[in-house]
This record gives sequence, C-alpha cells and structure tokens, in this order.
Amino acid sequence: MLTLSINGTSHQVDVPDDMPLLWVLRDVIGLTGTKFGCGIAQCGACTVHLDGQAVRSCVLPASLAQGRDVKTIEAMAQDPVGQKVQRAWLDLEVVQCGYCQSGQIMSATALLTTTPKPNDADIDAAMAGNICRCGTYVRIREAIKRAGEA
Amino acid sequence: MPATFSRRGLLAFGLLGGALVVGVRIPLRSARAAGPAPLMPNGFIRIDPQGAITFIMPDTEFGQGIYTSAGMLIAEELEVGLDQVAFEAAPPDTGQYHTAMRAYVSPLLGEQATGGSTSIRGDWKRLRQAGAQVRTMLIAAAARQWHVDPATCHADRAEVIGPDGRRASYGSLVEAAAAQPVPDDVPLKPASQFKLIGHRQPRVDTPAKVDGSLQFGIDVRLPDMKIGTVLACPVIGGRLRSVDEEAAKRVPGVRDVVRLDDAVAVIGDHFWAAKQGLAALDPQWDEGPHAGLQIADIVHAQAEASDREPEVIAKEEGDARAAIKGAAKTVSAAYQMPFLSHAPMEPVNATLHVRSDGADLWVGTQVPVRARNTVAQVTGLPPEKVQVHNYLMGGAFGRRLDVDYITQAAAIAKQVPYPVKIVWTREEDIQRDLLRPYYYDRLSGGLDGQGRITGWTHHGTGSSVMARWQPKGMQKDGKLDPDTVEGATETPYGIPAMRVGFTRVEPPGITTAWWRGVGATHNVFMVESFMDELAAAAGKDPVAFRRDMIGDNARARAVLDLAAEKSGWGQKLPAGVGRGVSLQLSFGSFLAHVLEVEVTSRGEVHLRRAVVAVDCGTAVQPDGVVAQIEGGLIFGLSAALYNEITVQDGRIQQSNFNNYRVLRIDEAPRIEVHMIRNDEGPGGIGETGTVAAAPALVNAIYAATGKRLRRLPIGNQLVGA
Amino acid sequence: MRRLLPLLVGVLCAFGSAARAQAPTGGAGENVVQRGEYLARAADCAACHTPPNGQEFTGGYKFSLPFGTIYGPNITPDKATGIGDYTDDEFVAALQRGVGRGGKHLYPAMPYTNYTLMSREDVLAIKAYLFSLKPVHAESPPNALSFPYNQRWAMVFWNLLNNPDRRFQPDTSKSAAWNRGAYLAEALGHCQACHTPRNFMYGLDEGRAYGGAVVQDWLAYNITSDRDSGVGAWSDDDLAAYLSTGHATHHGSAAGPMAEAVDHSLRYLTQPDIRALVTYLRDVKPVHDEIPAAKPVQADALGARIFREACVSCHALDGSGRQTPYAALQGAHSARDPNGTNLLQILLRGGNIATGGPTAFMPAFGGEYTSEELAAVANWTIGHFGQRGGEVTRKSVEGVRPGGPGSAAQPTPGG
Ligand code: FES
Ligand code: FES
Repeated sequence: MLTLSINGTSHQVDVPDDMPLLWVLRDVIGLTGTKFGCGIAQCGACTVHLDGQAVRSCVLPASLAQGRDVKTIEAMAQDPVGQKVQRAWLDLEVVQCGYCQSGQIMSATALLTTTPKPNDADIDAAMAGNICRCGTYVRIREAIKRAGEA
Repeated sequence: MPATFSRRGLLAFGLLGGALVVGVRIPLRSARAAGPAPLMPNGFIRIDPQGAITFIMPDTEFGQGIYTSAGMLIAEELEVGLDQVAFEAAPPDTGQYHTAMRAYVSPLLGEQATGGSTSIRGDWKRLRQAGAQVRTMLIAAAARQWHVDPATCHADRAEVIGPDGRRASYGSLVEAAAAQPVPDDVPLKPASQFKLIGHRQPRVDTPAKVDGSLQFGIDVRLPDMKIGTVLACPVIGGRLRSVDEEAAKRVPGVRDVVRLDDAVAVIGDHFWAAKQGLAALDPQWDEGPHAGLQIADIVHAQAEASDREPEVIAKEEGDARAAIKGAAKTVSAAYQMPFLSHAPMEPVNATLHVRSDGADLWVGTQVPVRARNTVAQVTGLPPEKVQVHNYLMGGAFGRRLDVDYITQAAAIAKQVPYPVKIVWTREEDIQRDLLRPYYYDRLSGGLDGQGRITGWTHHGTGSSVMARWQPKGMQKDGKLDPDTVEGATETPYGIPAMRVGFTRVEPPGITTAWWRGVGATHNVFMVESFMDELAAAAGKDPVAFRRDMIGDNARARAVLDLAAEKSGWGQKLPAGVGRGVSLQLSFGSFLAHVLEVEVTSRGEVHLRRAVVAVDCGTAVQPDGVVAQIEGGLIFGLSAALYNEITVQDGRIQQSNFNNYRVLRIDEAPRIEVHMIRNDEGPGGIGETGTVAAAPALVNAIYAATGKRLRRLPIGNQLVGA
Repeated sequence: MRRLLPLLVGVLCAFGSAARAQAPTGGAGENVVQRGEYLARAADCAACHTPPNGQEFTGGYKFSLPFGTIYGPNITPDKATGIGDYTDDEFVAALQRGVGRGGKHLYPAMPYTNYTLMSREDVLAIKAYLFSLKPVHAESPPNALSFPYNQRWAMVFWNLLNNPDRRFQPDTSKSAAWNRGAYLAEALGHCQACHTPRNFMYGLDEGRAYGGAVVQDWLAYNITSDRDSGVGAWSDDDLAAYLSTGHATHHGSAAGPMAEAVDHSLRYLTQPDIRALVTYLRDVKPVHDEIPAAKPVQADALGARIFREACVSCHALDGSGRQTPYAALQGAHSARDPNGTNLLQILLRGGNIATGGPTAFMPAFGGEYTSEELAAVANWTIGHFGQRGGEVTRKSVEGVRPGGPGSAAQPTPGG
C-alpha cells in the first residue's frame, strides 16, 4: 500500500512498488489528463510535477513518489503559473490534436516557475524532451514567451 | 456522449465516484425519448426546446480543428455564435436517422470518412445549406406567430428578431418551426456578408485540451472495465504457437490471457499489470512465410519493376519519349521514399463491451461505419446492435482510416464478459502499424536549347492502398490506383509532352495504408526534386525555371512569386546555407514553400526558416490554415530528415521514439505562412504542409552543398560526404 | 560478467602459501540447500546457465567466441539433458578441475580456474541446491567450434597450463573479513576475470590485478585502492552501496556486464559479505593510470542538442537524474572515461538493471542516431559530467556498433 499526495489530496493505492506513477494516475486514481505516449521517457506526454520539477511519470516508480508532492495537469488551473500558461496556450491557439499538450503545459509551467523570462535556449532545454506529432512547436515557443510576459 | 462538449466545458460527461459514466444510447434517440421533440430537420443541427443547440459533426477531429471550421459553416448561416453551441460526433450513418439520407457520407470520398483534406471542400455547401435551412424554418415560425412577413425578420445569436425589434429565442420556436416545411436550396450569404467565415474564431475543442479534461479514446473508463495490451506475431502472417499463461497469471493484477490466431492479449486491472503479464508470457510463434523478409529485397523488387515496362499509363500527352530523345539535353533520375509509420501521439486503442444482445465500442476512428461493421462481423451481431462512441483523436494521420485494431480488440473483447480497453504499447503501435508505401520512381526529361522542358516521363512503383482499402476507387479496369499518380499527372506546369504511369508492386508481409499527404507527398517529392535537377541542367535559377514553365496558371505563379519575395530568394547566403523551393497544386490548394537550411561540416542539417505562400481559396478559419501548414510541415520534415521503417527477417526494426525519431522543438524552423485571400471555393489544407516539406528540403540541401539526395530519409547521407 | 571469456586465465597468486587456516565457509543459511543457493548466487551460475528471458539454469545461453559458438549447458538435475547423473566426485571434478563426466574437458568459458579455489564442502552445497530444483528437460543447441577448438582433448594441455587444481588458502596475517572477501572475490565472484587486464598470452596481467580492462567492448573499471584511478577515494558505504545496488551517489550506476553481475549475483549477498568484499578490495595494491589531463570542455552544439532532446527526460540537464538516482550522471565513472567505452555501449544497446527494487532501464539509441551524433553526445557528456576531454569519434562508435566491424557483443535481443 502506497500513500501518494496528488494535487493536494492523499491517496492510498494498493499497487506494486515499481508500477510507474503514470498508470497509478490514469488507471487507478482516474486522472486521465496525464497521457501515455511512449513509456520510455522519450516523448514527455506523461509529464507531471514532482516537488515542482517536471518528471516523466511513465518511468517513475510510484514508490519513489511517496512523501513528495505530485501535481498533474488537472491542478494547473489552480497554479498561478499554470493558469498563465493555459491562457497563453488558448490565446495563441497552440493546440491541435491536444494529446501531447498536458505534458507540454506541465513542462512549460515548471520552466516558467523557475525561469519566469526564459530565452530560446532555456525553452529548448526545458521543452526538447516533449514531442508533438502535430508539430505545434512554433506556437509553443511563442506561448511560453507570452506567458512569461503575463 | 463521449465527444459532446462545448466551449464552456464538458456538457454530457457525468463523473460519479471518480468513474466516468457513459450513456450507452446514441444522443439522437435519447434526446427524442425525453419530452417534446427537438428540431432536427437535417443531420447536422439539433435544437431542443430548452434552447440547447448541438452540431453533429460529420468529420472526425484529430487536430485539424475541423469541429471549429465546419461548425463555423453551419453557424454562419444558422446565425449563432460558436460559443452557443455544443458539438457531437456523428454516429455511423447508414441513412436510418432522417430524411437527409446518409447525411454524413463525405461527398468527396463517397463514404463516411475523414481524410484526404476533403472535409471543408465537402462541407462547404452542405453545412451552410443545413444552417440556412434551419434558420429559414425558425424565421418562418416566428413570422407566423407574429403575423409578419418572414422577409422582414432576421436572425442573430440564436434569436429571431422581428421588424419591430421583437425577439424570440430559437428554443422557444422549436415546436413551431418543426411544423414548417423543410426548404430546399435556400440562397446562401455572399462572401461580403460573412461574419464568421474568414474571421478567426477561438477553437471549440481546445479549452478541454489545456486543462486535461478532454477524454480521448484511450481515456475511457467504465464501471468494471479491465485494461489489456496485446502482442501480435512480430512477423506478419505468423501464428501463435504457445504461451506460458501461468507465468503471466502470476503477475499481480493480471486477470485473463486471451489468445488470437496471430496475437495474444493480457488483460489486467491496469495497463501495467497487462504489460508485465505480456512480458512474462514468452510467446512462441510459427513465423510463417515472411520470416525471411528483408528490406533490401523489397527495394530490389521495386527497382527492377521501375526498369520494366509497360506500366499502367495514367496520362499520355504528346510523345514524351520521342521528345526526350530529340532534346538538346536529357536528364534521368531515380528517387526512393521509405516505408513510414504514423506514430500518432495517442497510441492505438479501442474499448469494447460485447454482450449477447449487443456491443458498444468506444474508440477514435476516422471511419465510424467501418468501425461498426467490423465489430458486427467479428461478434456476429447485427450492425445496428453495435453502438459506436466516437472520440476525438490524439492524432491519426491516416492511421485511423483503418480498423484493424478495432477488429482485433473485438476478437479479444468477445472472449471476456466485462468491458475491456485494449491499449497498444508504442512498440506495438509502430511495429504493427500499417505503413505508408515504399516508392521507387524513375523520371526522365528533355530540355530544348532555351532550357525549357520538351518532354517528361514519370514511372512510379509501389503498392496500392486503394486496391486494398477501397477497390471501387480503382480506375482503368481496376488496374490504376489514382492515388499513386496524384500530383504526378496534374502538376502546376505546362509541359508539352508527358507520360505518367505506375507499376503496382505489393511487398510481401507488409500492409500499406494512407499517410498524411497521401499521393501528393509521394509525387510532389518526385516532381519537385526533378524540376530542380532540370533547372540545374538548364543552368537556371530554380524559381525562374519554374516560373517559365508555369504557363498561364496565375494562381500557381502568384504563390511562387510571393514565397520567393517573402523569403528573400536570390539573396547571397553564407557558406553551408541554402534555400530550396517547391511548388504544388494539391487538394485544390496552391502552395509554394521556400526552406532555408544550413548543413554543417559534420553533415548535420539545421532547419533555419520556412516561408510558405498559400492560396486555398476561401480560408474559412484563417488561423487554422496557418496552424495546419505549420504542423504539416514539421510532420513532413520530421519524416524527411529521420524516418523510415525497415524490415529484417520479417520484423519491423523500429519500435519507439528512440529509434523512430521525431523532430523536436529545438530543431523546428521558424515558419512564416503568407496567404493569398480570394473568394474561390475552399481548397484542402491539412496535408499540404506535409507534401511541401521533403522536396524543399532536398532542394535546399542541394543549394547548400551541391549534393543531390534522391533517397529519403536524409538520415546520415550527408555525414562524411 | 556473463559473456566474458576467461580464456587462459592465469593462476591466481594473491594468496599466501603456507597458511593453514580453513577456508571460510560460505553462506547465510543453516541448511545445505540454502547455503548452496547462496553460493550459487555468489558464483553467478545463473548468468551463463540461463537462456535469455528463459527459466533459470536450463542452459542455452549463447557465447559467441572468435572460434565458434558454445552454449552454457542445462544444470538442472534432469538426467537426459542436465546434470542429474553427476555423482559428488564428478561434480567436484567439474568445478575444481574443469573435467566433466566421462573425463570430458570443459570449455574454458566456465571459470573453473576460479572455482578451483572453492572448498569441496561449498561445491557440494551448490550441487545440493541444484539437485533440489525441478529437473527440466532442455537440450542445448550443439556447440559449433572450429578446429582445433572442437577437440576436447586439446583442453587437457590447456588445463595443465592453467588450472592448478588448488584450494583457497587463507592468509592468517589478515582479518577474517579480508579472507572472506578474498574468497568471495577470487573463488566465487571471479572479479578479476573482467577487472584484470590480460597479458600477451591472454593470461591475467598480475602486475595490474584489478587495474581495469576492456572486456567485450565494456570497460571493467580499475577497482584497486588507487585514489585517483581506482576506487580508493570512495567511502566504504559508497562501495558497499554500489556492489549491492549497482548505484552510489556521485559515482553513477552500473551498466552492462556489471549491472548483470549486480542483478544476478551481488545483490543477493548479505551485508557482512558485501563489507568483506569492500575490506578485501580496499587492500588491493593500487594501480595508477595516467589519465590525460583534463582538456577544456568544448561546447559541442550537436552533442548538447542531442542530450537536450533525447536524454534530459531522465538524466536532467544538470545530470542530477530526474526520476531515479540511477539516472544520475554527476561523477559517473562512465563519464570519466575519455574514450567513452561504456557510455557508447549503453547508448548503442540500452541497459537494464534490477536490484530488487524497481528496474532502471535505458532504451537503445543505436538504431536511429548516427555515429556522428552519438560521438557528439558522448563527448558532450564526458566534457560536462566527467570534466574530461572526450575523445570519442565517429570511427570509435562505428567500431562497436551492434553488427559493426569491431563489435564483439551480439545486439541485445529486443533492444
Ligand atoms: S509516455 Fe512518458 S515520456 Fe513518453
Ligand atoms: S497537439 Fe497533437 S501531438 Fe501535440
């Protein structure tokens, strides 16, 4: 039995220690905003925050999330930086199919929390781990800058 | 219903105790069952007496923004704002719903399908007509109640307004309007009166995509649902021999192991259990006839076929071969394009509940009727007992025009009593993808003394997707797949003598499928690469050479000139930097693309800047056009730079994004899209960017390095060169 | 550790001659089967006698050697295909003298030049354990060797030269822990087989015992007590952690053969035994390597780009390791080797380490990334996290690519 703090709520889950957090979120707790894209930390679709840092939940054993603060896309509307990011995403119409965007927003929010005015190199470093098959990169870059100015 | 939402948020999802409760009845019927009937004179609009307005979308949404742009067509004539509307995916339509028989069949594709950049072209008239029809009925109803001439009334934001300023909401008029005759051929607004069309509207599907609340097919959760994952024989045509079922069942959370002829699934309480169980199964296969298949053999067979004649001739104008023979200069080249995977961001999945009296399917599909029919076939249920709940898709790119994964999921689901969600791993998604065909084409051309093209032959080889997917679509007595020559027979150029043909070569052990850009991604690469080679042979600038050959095609000339101007074509560039151009007429749109790249001394390609000029006629949602071109370009550049599927011993060698590499944000070029606005009918746009990517890339590499690459992907061809 | 080839393994001579004390007996358990199981783990029998993804000890693990292919045999007590018919003496002869049933000489992929040091009692405990397993009928594919290596009689001469048939002699001048560590390292764990370089006769270069060597494209590090080149500067706790979990903070994670050694063998050892190994290793004569002076870290744009795209998700840009400490690159041994030997292996082939807790894995990048790109990202990693000038070239990557010209190992099945 693991005890996980997710979006400020404590959850008791009976899962194997090495079960990746992604599947605990999606299949056990029912928070499906966090997406499965690759399962090997290559695409970023599953990005969540662990104590504020963007991590890939598909390779994060749930047991390592115990005692730490997990935040998912579902909590971003309550996060002051997350809100700005979501606003910029809508204003610049970043989204296409949307499947990668939870992960993109989580990575962007983590970046903007530590680096409120990121330059292109900061954006490259923080966002290159997030794939978008629809190719929304041009707008993601713009929207991060916009959110940084908001 | 699954895909019902509005801009204000999700409407029809009920969250109960953390589990999503999804109705098992389709909205049309359930809505009718409750209270007074809604107004629904055609298949696309439903207005209920409480005033809720729902658009039923014939096209499926996988990123194109089609709910928004197609919705704008209805809303423009219905006189409502998109913010007043909820959206719903059309159910599989076999004409059973209302008078507008088979309303959801795409006028361009001949079936209920979304693809080929046909949506807006197909919807342009029918959806505006649908809106106008309902508005006319509502106005007539109001005018009758007010005893005024309908011509003195007008509608705005879901209200009818009378001559004296009296107002009646659409909801209040539902009953009266239903008694009105359904008018045919209502006159449509002229472009000058468009309030929505041509003006940027916020996309209707995005708020739920930025807060994580939008449910894709993979997000379905049902009471008592289990989750499974599947492994098919790594060699197509192979059969399952044995599995170590006990080992899988020892994994905590595993419920069932389900065997199919050519695959095995493990079902568990969650995906992780299923995946771990699958890893423990140690399946043994009879690999079948394709166990020795190698990519080199496939390529070799096509190369040989491209040397052999006769091909099936798709176009013969003048005597191209004689013209080439007699030309001052002749050029010949062979080009190759690899097998490709779709790898949409959302891995393939389908959820089913099969019962003795019916079945439900929760899925993202581009072809709902096919989806329903395959479930019926596998389960033996009558088609009308299969309910399809169609979801928005996390990318499709043609992958979800096939229903193989639904067929497979149904075969699994019918063996278990509970609802089951089958989710493929990314590895399975790539290794059991249906692939974009391999193409091996030879082109020859002749130039006269002035460096103008006198004759042109183009002989392509590859597999035919149409022959498998829609044999009805074959031409020339079933011998010619028009998709294989799309973009080859109709070029923007006036070439006096032309011969275009294709030889169909089906690779053994591989199923080919539609892929973003379809025939045009294939042939525009060939044609525009070859145009560059001819320009070089003629000693002319690639833009000038093309302009010379365009003839009187004014729209083509205009986009070429605009792209050249905006990109600064002709400027001197630093060493290692080059610009390449490509021009296309595809999906009814004209597009020119200038790409600037830098090739480093180590052979790396940096994409610096892409400039696109496009004339797609009326741009319904201009920002959506720009977004589609940006995304399409990146999709195409990713493939052109990195992607190929190869086969060794019958097995696909790529498996995930570590070896099927995708362009990332730091590699993406700056992109500028310039639109030529006019009132022509709209052209297709979703695939145009992808089509334009590869030819401009190889042409730019040629400009930067003098090296002509005739084989995709670029990969490491420039390394050590 | 698996896949290694202790051909012509030299005589071990680290042990005093006249010491008469009993060899320490192995094991945590009280009954002989449990003790045998523990010893079998310590001797890492499973590594070579288990087929890929298959059932333990059923044989079939394939060794691709320069002179042909041999398979680790089935060592379950099946009479037809396993070792069910072995008597005690026959089993002892196999482990201590490399002689199989009927006097057949075993191929020297079997490290009996080490196992010879084991006491008869321990050898029989292992036998008791193996005989407690369920017999499994599993035929190994026939060995395919080229002449003269297919002549088992040739092994007689080889054995005469290389297998002294002698037991471990404790050094009474050393502590019990030291002797226990020596027994574990030399008789069971056969650590030198990888970590000691070979001389021109392919015997162990005893002057550089534990001084590090490249085995099958992987670098087995210098683990002598040299503070600079070896592990002399590691704390006891770090060493112990690395041995039992394959990871120590600021020293990186084990990969490749060492990860397999941890996975199959070391992680099962008791803490006192791990500490005994540490005691012994601490006392190994230092071997100093001249490491080229640190060159200034070059800014490698291509390497930085690849790292940013494909690596940061797990390793983090600062190398701190994102989701698991196993992904930490700061201080990692692999990043301190200018040739990037192990770095290339893991980049090309990926890796996996199970340590009782969650499995840590890395996908393979050899399939898609060019040698140029891999060299660049390796050099960037070495420069950035190892603070050394990386010397990896496109050629050196090509040399070890699976299927490439110089590659010794087979491509990992399934990636
Ligand atoms: S699903 Fe985790 S990074 Fe792709
Ligand atoms: S928006 Fe579709 S994958 Fe990014």
